[in-house]
Amino acid sequence: MAHVQFTRNLKRFFPDLEPVEIQSDTVSDLVRELDVRHPHLASYIVDDRGALRRHVNIFVNERMIQDRETLSDALSTDAKVFIVQALSGG
Amino acid sequence: MVGQKHLLLGTRKGLFQFVAQDHDWRMVRHSFEGIPALYACYDARNDTIWVSLDHGHWGQKLHRSTDGGQTWQEIPAPKYPETAMLKDDKPAALELIWYIQPGGADQPQRLYLGTNPGGLFVSDDGGDTFQFADSLWNHPSRPENWFGGGKDNAGICSILVHPDDPRHLTLTVSVGGVYVSRDGGATWEGRNKGIVSEFLPNPESEYGHDPHYITHCPARPEVLWQQNHCGIYRSENGGESWEEISQSDGPARFGWAICAHETDPLTAWVVPAHSDMSRVTIDQSLCVSRTEDGGKTWTAFREGLPQELCYDIVYRHAFHNMGDSLMFGSTTGNLFFSTDAGASWRTLANYLPPVYSVRMYAN
Repeated sequence: MAHVQFTRNLKRFFPDLEPVEIQSDTVSDLVRELDVRHPHLASYIVDDRGALRRHVNIFVNERMIQDRETLSDALSTDAKVFIVQALSGG
Repeated sequence: MVGQKHLLLGTRKGLFQFVAQDHDWRMVRHSFEGIPALYACYDARNDTIWVSLDHGHWGQKLHRSTDGGQTWQEIPAPKYPETAMLKDDKPAALELIWYIQPGGADQPQRLYLGTNPGGLFVSDDGGDTFQFADSLWNHPSRPENWFGGGKDNAGICSILVHPDDPRHLTLTVSVGGVYVSRDGGATWEGRNKGIVSEFLPNPESEYGHDPHYITHCPARPEVLWQQNHCGIYRSENGGESWEEISQSDGPARFGWAICAHETDPLTAWVVPAHSDMSRVTIDQSLCVSRTEDGGKTWTAFREGLPQELCYDIVYRHAFHNMGDSLMFGSTTGNLFFSTDAGASWRTLANYLPPVYSVRMYAN
């Protein structure tokens, strides 16, 4: 099971969002499953085409995912996933 | 009978709502605090407020409220189809929901969204879902004539629904030009005859122009007004032909916003800026210019507006009129209001966030 954590900034829009364990083979599958549990959540993380939004990062075991376009990065059974926002704007 | 007057103010730091009270306006609500609210409007057909949000990190969002803004419902933002490609073979994806336009009175479920990078979306279920308008996207003029001005790609920044015929649509693509549909959006034709764009290799090209904003006289909807990148234009025939009405020796020329009188087809207002090369006020001062003769002459009104050390710019959606009332907000966070058809102005607020859209309504 992948252990998923989120930036606290997402809690503003999804107040029920808490760290969760999900069985997924890839980051893409993980995001899909998150959207089932929290409708619209995927649209905050990826764009129309499923690519990671420019100012969002996903770390797997403290390493940024490689495939920002299709999120094909594999998840090991005990992967630690962290979904964060990049810092920008003012 | 006009009821309570309301104001929707889309700003860089959220949506502000005001109500008119004792000849003044009072702020009643600030929603989406800290989040850019790009455009907000009221749909009188079903007493619904719509707002588009431009999250820096989380993408473009669309929300609606059916209780006057007390609570909001997020609607899934429209998606570009996988087949929609930009010029350089990059896939198109939603960049901005730039304009929201309710359909005609006899189409209570229809809603239009103008977006960047140039997609028009249509809803026929009250905004629950949106369909991509292939008809406009596939217009043969798009690949060669649409491009970004201040943004990376072209966008649809104003949409008009003919009051007597909701299938008659007029919209602007910035940069691309004016397009008209007479069949509810199934087919589109350019309406740019008479527009001269000095930035184009052929200034009188059929397409490729930069209409910053278009509006019409609701009582005479064949009369269109256009604040273009290259001047102010007016049409008396629904855009079949345009006549430049910029002021040759005065401020009324460059700008983004334009307001048309609700019943008098000869009267309109603009908030002039210096030029496209220098996007500041003229001589560090702010004025509103009004024509009452179809653009033959313009009068600049300055009473109540800052006349020194002023750098306020007014975006295309940040100027609105209702009856003799006019309101505009600026990039510097100032909000100005007139009750005498623009002849004199009062400051309603300073120190607001940069203002993106101003829309008044009564219910």
